[in-house]
Amino acid sequence: MAFVIHRLVLLVPTVLGVTIITFFMIHLIPGDPARTILGIHATPRAIAILHAQWGLNRPLVDQYWLYMDRLVHGNLGQSLYYGTGVAGLITSRLPVTLWLIIYAAILAVVISVPLAILAASRKDGIRDHAVRLIPLLGLGMPAFWLGLILQSELSVRYRLFPVTGYGTGFAGHLHSMFLPSLTVAIALCPVIIRSLRASMLDVLGAEFITTARAKGVPATRLYIRHVLRNAIIPAVTVLGINIGFLIGGTLIVEQVFGLPGVGSLLIQSIFARDFPVVQAVALVFGIMVVLVNLLTDVAYATLDPRVRFD
Amino acid sequence: MSTISIPPAAGSPGPAPQAAAGDRARTRRGRWYRQPTLMAGLVITGLILFLVIAAPLLTSYNPDTPNFTATLQSPSAHHLLGTDQLGRDTWSRLLYGGRTDLRIAFIAVLLPFVLGTIVGSVAGYFGGWVDIVIMRLVDIVVAFPFFVLVIALVFVLGPGERSIYIAISLIGWVSYARIIRGQILVAKRQEYVAAAQAGGLSHVRIMARHLLPNVISQAIVYALSVDIEQDILAIVTLSYLGLGIQPPAPDWGTMISDGQNFLTTHWQLTTIPGLAVVVTGLGLSLLADGLADLLRLGQS
Repeated sequence: MAFVIHRLVLLVPTVLGVTIITFFMIHLIPGDPARTILGIHATPRAIAILHAQWGLNRPLVDQYWLYMDRLVHGNLGQSLYYGTGVAGLITSRLPVTLWLIIYAAILAVVISVPLAILAASRKDGIRDHAVRLIPLLGLGMPAFWLGLILQSELSVRYRLFPVTGYGTGFAGHLHSMFLPSLTVAIALCPVIIRSLRASMLDVLGAEFITTARAKGVPATRLYIRHVLRNAIIPAVTVLGINIGFLIGGTLIVEQVFGLPGVGSLLIQSIFARDFPVVQAVALVFGIMVVLVNLLTDVAYATLDPRVRFD
Repeated sequence: MSTISIPPAAGSPGPAPQAAAGDRARTRRGRWYRQPTLMAGLVITGLILFLVIAAPLLTSYNPDTPNFTATLQSPSAHHLLGTDQLGRDTWSRLLYGGRTDLRIAFIAVLLPFVLGTIVGSVAGYFGGWVDIVIMRLVDIVVAFPFFVLVIALVFVLGPGERSIYIAISLIGWVSYARIIRGQILVAKRQEYVAAAQAGGLSHVRIMARHLLPNVISQAIVYALSVDIEQDILAIVTLSYLGLGIQPPAPDWGTMISDGQNFLTTHWQLTTIPGLAVVVTGLGLSLLADGLADLLRLGQS
């Protein structure tokens, strides 16, 4: 409990910092932000409205106060392109992104676990070297490129999956979002395979494994009941720690597969020069990462009492 | 060193220490080229660097000059990898594109490296509230998904090379600060630091002359491999989105996005530049693993 409170206290400055960074983004815009955002054809009236809305002619502290006051009231600003509230825009698209993240995480685990077992069971064997090559190839692979190739081969050529969209109903989502989720999962696999292999090798060296082997526990049972069970906690933690990486991976993949999620909203808002949306999406993703990291830490501490105040 | 050294015979004390030093140097040298990972990494990375640096010698086509009489050609003796929708030679664009991407990636690594090393040394060396404030700042930057922050920053700064440097520097210093801080925390407990402090040397001098040379190697390995790889991916992704290298200048990201409309008929336009990114990443990853192994061996 003390650990949870300790982590919650640490959370406050981080969340405040995240809001400060997203707030300051507007001041990184060269020149007059309102004029730059609205473009050269903007009327003086439109510029004046934006100035008033963001409090641009007031001192920085006042501007930040105004920004925070709106945030606390759930107001993430007005979209310049859609003309509606950004908060509503993001919540309407969030389910697609959450689907993609969870689907991809599950696929990544399903792919990584057998490969990690394969590698760890014969350390430095041929299979181990083959599996260790995957992270080396995967880490430098642009996810959007892989997505384009998978899409053109499996969807366009062999018509196994829809080219774009996310389908209707649970089965429809499962089918339509398979390729985008697979793309994100493949980008994520290198990280999971690496840490899962390492933690399995650790577990395999432990004394209780030698005991189990001496007792004649069959290999399959040994790996599932003894090794995997103890190695899976670090792997789940790795997933939690890499939530930022996972979210980053969804951005362009959503765009490539035409999924109406928050990631593609960010990309489209950049094309539309819709600054308030870009700012709000960065904020939402930042806070999402902070919260998931907190949950991961707390879950880890609950599952493994040895890790507390390190 | 696990071998037991036999003390030199009483009659010949002179040359023995020299010979031992020579042995050690030889085994260390023997080690690095016997590392298959490191060698593979060096060969792949070296080959790619050679190809992009020698680009003007390896192709006679200008990568930016369109030729509307020869659009979307298949690979041939004239055009090794064919031509794109504007009739530009794909092989030539691949080489010059790699030149742009790798140049920017190598430069983009420098500033965060310097910044992060300084910040990390200060945090690790002084500790206390300085450390707390800096590590809070690190937590905040890390909270954002890398690609979200890079894309948002380059968007607000305006597309182009300069914005890429600024955005990557604003985010990238964090990793170096963490690595260096961790190493300094261990190193500053060593006796030579206490000796230097007792000798009245200034903090800056102790950090720069005594601590940094001992802790910098891990940060250099990270810079040369993982970080450059990440920067290449960021540059390619930004360019794919139209936020990075501006046309007509060639780069792997814009090549992929130009080619994606012709993926079913001219697969090489999209596939080849993507493969170039993957192979470059493979080379750098192998280099990283090899160097990390070498560092571990050197320390043990």
